[in-house]
Amino acid sequence: MSNGEVFIQGGRVVDATGERAADVRIVDGSIAEVGAALAPAAGALVLDAEGCVVTPGLVDIQVHFREPGREDSETIETGSRAAALGGCTAVVCMPNTEPPIDDAAVVQSILDRARAVGLCDVRPSGCITKGRRGEELAPIGELYDLGVRVFTDDGDCVADALVMRHAFEYAAALPGAVLAQHAEDPALVRGGHMHEGAWSARLGIPGRPAEAESTIVARDLQLAKRTGGRYHVLHMSCAASAALVRAAKADGVRVTAECTPQHLVLTDEACEHFDPSFKMNPPLREQADVDGLRAALIDGTIDAIATDHAPHTPESKDVPFEEAPPGMLGVETALAVVLTTLVEPGIITLAQALAALSWNPARIVGLDVDGHGGAVVAGAPANLCVIDPAHTWSVDGGRLASKSRNSPWDGWKLTGKVRHTIYRGTPTVRDHEATK
Amino acid sequence: MKHLLSIDDLGGRAGIEAMLDLTDSFLEVQQRDIPKVPALRGKTVVSLFYEDSTRTRLSFETAAKRLSADTMTFSVATSSVKKGESLLDTVQTIDAMGVDAIVVRHGAAGAPHRVASWSSARVINAGDGCHEHPTQALLDAFTLRRHRGPSLDGCRIAIVGDIRHSRVARSDVMAFHALGCELTLVGPPTLMPERLDGWPVAVTSDLDEILPDVDVVYLLRIQRERIGQALFPSLREYSARWGLSAERAARSKPDTLVMHPGPMNRGIEIAGEVADSARSLVTEQVANGVAVRMAVLWSLLGSGGPIV
Repeated sequence: MSNGEVFIQGGRVVDATGERAADVRIVDGSIAEVGAALAPAAGALVLDAEGCVVTPGLVDIQVHFREPGREDSETIETGSRAAALGGCTAVVCMPNTEPPIDDAAVVQSILDRARAVGLCDVRPSGCITKGRRGEELAPIGELYDLGVRVFTDDGDCVADALVMRHAFEYAAALPGAVLAQHAEDPALVRGGHMHEGAWSARLGIPGRPAEAESTIVARDLQLAKRTGGRYHVLHMSCAASAALVRAAKADGVRVTAECTPQHLVLTDEACEHFDPSFKMNPPLREQADVDGLRAALIDGTIDAIATDHAPHTPESKDVPFEEAPPGMLGVETALAVVLTTLVEPGIITLAQALAALSWNPARIVGLDVDGHGGAVVAGAPANLCVIDPAHTWSVDGGRLASKSRNSPWDGWKLTGKVRHTIYRGTPTVRDHEATK
Repeated sequence: MKHLLSIDDLGGRAGIEAMLDLTDSFLEVQQRDIPKVPALRGKTVVSLFYEDSTRTRLSFETAAKRLSADTMTFSVATSSVKKGESLLDTVQTIDAMGVDAIVVRHGAAGAPHRVASWSSARVINAGDGCHEHPTQALLDAFTLRRHRGPSLDGCRIAIVGDIRHSRVARSDVMAFHALGCELTLVGPPTLMPERLDGWPVAVTSDLDEILPDVDVVYLLRIQRERIGQALFPSLREYSARWGLSAERAARSKPDTLVMHPGPMNRGIEIAGEVADSARSLVTEQVANGVAVRMAVLWSLLGSGGPIV
């Protein structure tokens, strides 16, 4: 591409403003022109998008890239590559690293590393409390000044209501900051390894009841209302929580919610054969919860789909179910799973899916101001994803870009795949392959 | 049947009854002067026990020896597990030695299923977490059948105690139900499974109410650690409400039988004099365990020829 032009030819553009057939000309990292039947400049890199959907790059606001600390399971490089292959141009990584992201130096090291890798924007979230211990506030303001907008102790719930209240009050001074809760009451889930329900009773595996989530969500919503703080429910997993969020939204509480593809598709029955690939926190729940989450996605109660991409080494997962760490891969397969299980059967529209995977999450975490999830128009940063909705493929957990292979979708046949991903004007994925 | 991981693997009533019939043959072997047959000569059976066990491990090893199999015992306390070896590596090591069956006891539910997926040997579940203990259920059914059989249809059984944490209860419910028994689970609500969808049982917390109506009282071992988990207040209170005291036993029918998987807490879930009374099948349960496990090993490893 001697003149630096990247030209996306023959696609159908879908963004928050609607959809139209259009070519997209990209010059110097920005969208230069969008329109029907444009011609590429001589020497332009032409990306074929015939039959494809051209959309703002996807934004996964809950991934674990394990760096620093557990680079044996994932790194910023391998995670970023998986994200790019999944259509993402930006992700928010969770702070349960070793050391945790409760310190400006850790934030800076992740930002530096992500920039050097250059496959997508990797925004660290910051801890709410020091060491994720749930006691004293982390240096929220200092992290905020480095660009952190999401604060969470993810992996652990901020159980102490007074600490959570103070965090809400303190963060209110920081425009755009949001407290994201891993809502599971640690006392109610103590010793538990899967959803408490008919399957846990049958399998003799101690359970984690849905009420462990919904009681924390109920508490936090009242604290958010009292303090005026912004609240985000991470990986919401049960119908009861969705009902609470729906009511709180109607009441004017500043709340958003995400759920994962796995919670929208799989149930606790997946644990039947004791395969730790299906173990996560919060756990896969029962059909009534799946139905409730889908209804909440349809009516907008759930704003975003995020994956909680949680790599674990084969050694750590090749153990009995109760001894395995919780978590599943997801960032590379999310779009395809959503297209196959929710869009194709007509449960949600393509536009609803892309809203939940791109522009809504971008707005929640403030990545919209950095050029993610915005309309595909001239002048906008060129963070784009080109999806081939007809491409059929089979998931092989061992062949995903992640360093780990703990995918719950292993063996699934999916329809729809990211064909190209363009990050700041440069293809990171071209014809289904990562460019670096 | 490739493995015995769950009562389900036996294929319902017909499969369970066939195994109990086979057990009859091995009970006969047990009563010979030399209670040993060559049926599994050249086969190797490994016991892989991650939890303490007396009766189950001894019972399996005795069964294997009486079938002339070679036996190896892997006990966590004296193995490389102490050096941090994983279950997977341990199983692969055992597998590399070319063993024919692995008998697994593990504190985590489903551990034997994982072992089965990693090994080419036949796997027998000797108790996994709170999940299942299928050979216990077989020996319970076998023992009861000798007293109430040949058919157990309509036999009314109360299983009393900590159902929630009991692998014995899960396997017993499946096996007894398959054989036509009517089951009632009895105990404090905190020790009942959180959900009973699909369980073919009635539930009550009142032992005295149902005691006069049942044919069998099956008592489960109560563990002191449940007090620390706020599941019930004290052993004294448990015993007063759900323990089978002599007075309580006297209010049951004269021919009501008493069973317990052992080890017993005498004076807590069962009074010593009840455990030792004529209605108690506790010792017989242990005795029948060897024959049941011979039948299971023979089914999984045998050539299909006569037992001789």
